[in-house]
Amino acid sequence: MGDLFVLAISCIFINNILLAQFLGNCPFLGTSKKMETAIGMAMAVIFVLVMAGLITWIVDIYLLKALNVEYLRTVSFILVIASLVQFVEMFLKKSIPGLYAGLGIFLPLITTNCAVMGVCLINIKEDYTFLQTAVSSFAYAVGFGLALILFAGVRERIDIARVPKCLQDTSIGLVTAGIIALTFMSFKGMV
Amino acid sequence: MAQSLVKEFTKGLWAEIPPFRLVLGLCPVLAVTKSVENGIGMGIATTFVLIFSNLLISLLRNIIPSKVRIACYVVIIATFVTIVELLMQAYTYELFLKLGIFIPLIVVNCIVLGRAEAFASKNGPIFSIADGLGIGLGFTLSLAALGSVRELLGNGTLTIWDGLPVFHMGANFLPFKFMVEAPGAFVGLGLMLCIMNLIGKK
Repeated sequence: MGDLFVLAISCIFINNILLAQFLGNCPFLGTSKKMETAIGMAMAVIFVLVMAGLITWIVDIYLLKALNVEYLRTVSFILVIASLVQFVEMFLKKSIPGLYAGLGIFLPLITTNCAVMGVCLINIKEDYTFLQTAVSSFAYAVGFGLALILFAGVRERIDIARVPKCLQDTSIGLVTAGIIALTFMSFKGMV
Repeated sequence: MAQSLVKEFTKGLWAEIPPFRLVLGLCPVLAVTKSVENGIGMGIATTFVLIFSNLLISLLRNIIPSKVRIACYVVIIATFVTIVELLMQAYTYELFLKLGIFIPLIVVNCIVLGRAEAFASKNGPIFSIADGLGIGLGFTLSLAALGSVRELLGNGTLTIWDGLPVFHMGANFLPFKFMVEAPGAFVGLGLMLCIMNLIGKK
């Protein structure tokens, strides 16, 4: 139990998916202009990432490794993720319309979010067990949400500040992200 | 014909150079530019995937039904990524280890899918190859540029190939470690984007 807790903490803070591993940066910069979209994206990622992590783990162990065709990993993972996203979208639309309305437009974007694919590959690379995969997928997704929401908060303030013309928009966004990454670096000694 | 072919090729090198003009595919840009060597390796791998996926998608553009096109593109791209992965594992094993999961992640690099959707699905095969080559080389140049800034300031060296530095700042140079750590990637890219905005005011 203690091990799993340490794993969760290190996935959320120390190896933060956005700021330390550089995965999922396109939605990080794209959806962080408003707090609302940031929260929607964070929720959608948490939802899909946990499911994708578990399903790709099962596919890898019981299909790819069992049949000795590991070289098909890239192709099969991207297919699993793309169809999972599509399936989740249809399921939510039909049975939980409230949640669908909230996550709606963010779901299709997740297919090309490299954080999802990245975490699935990390889980396999680190040889995690099923339980560890569940914990790490959830923790990485929470770390993604945390960084995204923090960043959106800062970015809303920057909007009303006077930024030099050449630095506007993405440029100042990246510099801000750098400073947030610097604060996340101080978690390094924790575990 | 020849003139517009050159135009398709050169637009990737300046007018639409990724990731500065097209802000797409930031993850590999930030992650692998600790050294010039990694940047160039990643750039070449991406260029390879871009050229061949553009070519194949352009050849099949009239056969693929538009409703399932994205899924088809993704499978085509994933196939070429797997080929690159296996080739790198066989011939450049050191680089393969350094780039790690970022090689399979070329699949979800928005630049590749973006070019497939925006260019290869509408143009002929020769133009698509020119476009893929141009955008790929532009991407490689950007990675090398950011990589050299980060490596020079953060490590005091420049390494083009095989771990042998071709340039050294000398013993008196104090490495600015911040640049090779995660925050340096964001700040470095942000400032380079700012410089690009200053030079090329539209």
